Amino acid sequence: MSFLIKKPVTRRAVLRGAMGGTTLGVALPFLDCFLSDSGRALASGAPLPVRFGTWFWSMGHTPNHAVHPDASKLAFLEECQSLTPHAAHINYFGQFNSPLDGRPNHVHHTGWVSCRTATAPIAPGDIPAPTIDVLVSDAIGGSTRFKSIDMTCTGNPRDSFTARNTHSRNAGEVSPLALYTRLFGASGDANNAAAKADPDLMLQQSVLSGIGDQRQRFERRLGAADRARLDEYFTSIRQLENQLAVQQRGVPAGAACVRPVAPQDGPIGLEIPVAQANHDAMSQLLVMALACNQTRVFNMAFNNALSSLRRPGTAYTHHTLTHEEAVDQKLGYQPEAFWFNCRVMEALAGFIDKFTRVKEGPGTLLDNTLIFAHAETSYAKLHAVDNIPVMMIGKAGGRLKTGHHIIGHGDPISRIGLTAMQVMGLPVEKWGTGSQQTSKTITEILV
Amino acid sequence: MMRVRSRLALICSLLSGASLLAACSRSEPPTTGAPVTVRRLTEAQYRNAVADIFGNQIVVAGRFDPIVRTAGLLAVGAGRATITPFGVERFAALAHSIARQVVAPGNRELLIPCQPAAPAAGDDGCATLFFQQAGRLLYRRALRPDDIATPLKIARAAAAARQDFYGGLAYGLQVMLTSPEFLFITENAEADPANKDVRRLDGFSRASRLSFMLWNTTPDSTLLAAAEQGELAGQDGLEQQVDRMMGSARFKQGVRAFFTDMLSLDDFSTLEKDTLIYPAFGLAAAEDSREQVLRTLIDELVTRDSDYRDIFTTRRTFMTVPLGMVYRVPATRPGGWAPFEFAADDPRAGIQTQLSFVALHSHPGKSSPTLRGKAIRELLLCQKVPDPPGNVNFDNFNNPNSPNKTARLRLAAHATDPACAGCHKLMDPIGLALENFDGAGQIRLTENGERIDASGDLNGIKFADARGLGQAMREDPAATSCVVRRAYTYAAGRPIDKGERDWLAYLEQSFADDGYRLRPLLRRIALSNALQTISKLKPEPRAGGAT
Repeated sequence: MSFLIKKPVTRRAVLRGAMGGTTLGVALPFLDCFLSDSGRALASGAPLPVRFGTWFWSMGHTPNHAVHPDASKLAFLEECQSLTPHAAHINYFGQFNSPLDGRPNHVHHTGWVSCRTATAPIAPGDIPAPTIDVLVSDAIGGSTRFKSIDMTCTGNPRDSFTARNTHSRNAGEVSPLALYTRLFGASGDANNAAAKADPDLMLQQSVLSGIGDQRQRFERRLGAADRARLDEYFTSIRQLENQLAVQQRGVPAGAACVRPVAPQDGPIGLEIPVAQANHDAMSQLLVMALACNQTRVFNMAFNNALSSLRRPGTAYTHHTLTHEEAVDQKLGYQPEAFWFNCRVMEALAGFIDKFTRVKEGPGTLLDNTLIFAHAETSYAKLHAVDNIPVMMIGKAGGRLKTGHHIIGHGDPISRIGLTAMQVMGLPVEKWGTGSQQTSKTITEILV
Repeated sequence: MMRVRSRLALICSLLSGASLLAACSRSEPPTTGAPVTVRRLTEAQYRNAVADIFGNQIVVAGRFDPIVRTAGLLAVGAGRATITPFGVERFAALAHSIARQVVAPGNRELLIPCQPAAPAAGDDGCATLFFQQAGRLLYRRALRPDDIATPLKIARAAAAARQDFYGGLAYGLQVMLTSPEFLFITENAEADPANKDVRRLDGFSRASRLSFMLWNTTPDSTLLAAAEQGELAGQDGLEQQVDRMMGSARFKQGVRAFFTDMLSLDDFSTLEKDTLIYPAFGLAAAEDSREQVLRTLIDELVTRDSDYRDIFTTRRTFMTVPLGMVYRVPATRPGGWAPFEFAADDPRAGIQTQLSFVALHSHPGKSSPTLRGKAIRELLLCQKVPDPPGNVNFDNFNNPNSPNKTARLRLAAHATDPACAGCHKLMDPIGLALENFDGAGQIRLTENGERIDASGDLNGIKFADARGLGQAMREDPAATSCVVRRAYTYAAGRPIDKGERDWLAYLEQSFADDGYRLRPLLRRIALSNALQTISKLKPEPRAGGAT
């Protein structure tokens, strides 16, 4: 038997609290084993599965031009006008802070790391703990072919905001065609009968199983730190073996699952029309991958942390504009930087729109998804890391109320991530370190 | 050179600190060593190893997980890198593709040392012979019986399932190509009979350090044989191997890899220029500018064996047609590379004035004195520039309506903010010297109609333009100290340990004594005890998470 195929976890085992002790004293996790065998519905008959994903943008918002300050309703202003049609599906979080605990604000880095790890990084580039998507995919990503699908629209795979630690960053897919090939190519389509019948898959599993067999012998030679690193490698091997197993037995696809048409092999890069086109193409592939149950976790980065987006023929990038463009006294903001911010929010609106167009049961894919969208700063001109805009989009299988504007009153931003993980069924009681450590769920949005 | 030598000589004669004594002595000072490393193969190392073991005809088509630059080098980051799930997926796909190419007709005759008794069935004897030969090179050591057992078992089963010996062999080879024994350069230590307080690398680990340092590829059969016979533990055997390797054509490949890492030339993979603003700077020019600096460095430092400091002042380089369009000089050899020398009165002299530097360290549509100044400090002088403060007011800098037409004037306004001034003083006076090169590296004399003032100073040495900057860099001891530190760090694949200070001082002095030539520097490192001295393992804390 394969090294990867572990003894199945039963409901009884979970209810006994046998999950490594982590479930003691916390709410019961919403684990995969609570699903029916078909993977399409809960044992109770409720619609499933629920997906989790992140959507990253940088340069934040133009103050006073993004969201109406009135917390009694969620109303988007001109910079976010494109989100208005989707406001009923969005929770917007403002005035949550990222306390630094005496650590420096590493510009364009500290903010997103705080959002995703609930810890202020010590050094530039430092990622002190697994990002939220990694924690979620560890919990729910095992039963699909891909534990997570990661994409970036900048053309640079390093522009990724998902990592287990500083030296284990999940590189983003940059090309729509490469993403298509991976998800739906001839040898990579879990819902393709020909792929399932391929005897090569079984032999590939044997290869990976054989590598797993080397683990004990290999790790015996290593010190503790290197052993931890190699643990990750062997875990990755196990995961790939699982991918092949899932591919071999097939995955029950949702009713909306349709093999998409292969995208054109177009340019990649930072000119905003190019980034928009690649975002559009990869989003389309992503929603179909979700509908086809290829993955339950995803990460989309629209731009890099120092947004290098630019208009063709202009000398200034989005980032440089936020610092160097003069504030138009009449408008009260930097008009060129504002223009870029508007395009970014349009991209997010387009992303959401694609989820609403995939029908699932009585609702849409968006109803069965939680998108954790956020920036790395609130106001890029000042590199501010307090009041970073965060949104939760989608109803997460009916577990979330949406359409709210939640004011944090200076609470740590980690409260949002903690709530998101709990909504996704993770047995998490508290999250974060230092002043960001919290056990306070945002209950206003829970059903 | 004289200035540095005389200063050191004076210090040696006057002072008696431990480090300085070591620097002044003629023999290698002892070190306390550092733990063994486990380094992930870089993309270039993987590609070179496959090409060297199976031949250049094997196509390695695929992407690799990026490695995080650490202590200034990817070589150090490789010692911290793991392989993510997506990374494993990619390595598995590469292994699948490579293994099938190796056993394909046309290659099998060259690469498989035997023929099966029956092509439609497994043949343990032939498969064992192949795995023994390939595995020794892939794993960079003598094989143990259990190294062969798993590939053989899988090859046998796959051959039976597919009724194809070669098809089965490919699956066995895939195991080796995806194994951590291949993907991670894993070092082992052994007792040092000469010093019971430390350990030393075993022979195979030392072979790998030498091979990846000098060739950036896996050790060849000769080097592995020398390791197996214990020759690398003795000075004569070690010298013989190091001299053989430095005399090989692969040595240039190794030096190119070192400077690719030191100069962050991997950033070229994502370099973008706005072709509406810089129509001459297309993809071909970008690729050629990376190659240009490597050719320049190899020519100066390997072929000519010049003084390292000459790289900051040399006017010699190589040119292609796409580069000639950006440099606005005639290229004499269409379709290829031709030697080229800038005129004595040309503003360009030194690698810091080549496109690979001034275009790489700029924005897509404009130059950046700050990025260029930072790159000179950090890449060429090994001086860390602090990160920008969190709250900076940029109102005065580069306001499109500003009366300040040149970057110098705009940066001067920026420097009025005390929070910015400290760091900008480190970067701007250097970077402004390169302002006669626009964001694509093309020469310009004015900006917004205003004449560009390219004067500046580097640590008190004043200059009038980019050529003067190169001369100042040539005279700066930090430049030579930097390449010494980077070369040793690169060779060891880990940061410099505090127990190696004396050794570094000695190495810097030796570099000066050798006329600042790269070849003797690399040879001294390769032959050193420091490179093979191993300390006890130091435990590291593990990352946290949610509870």
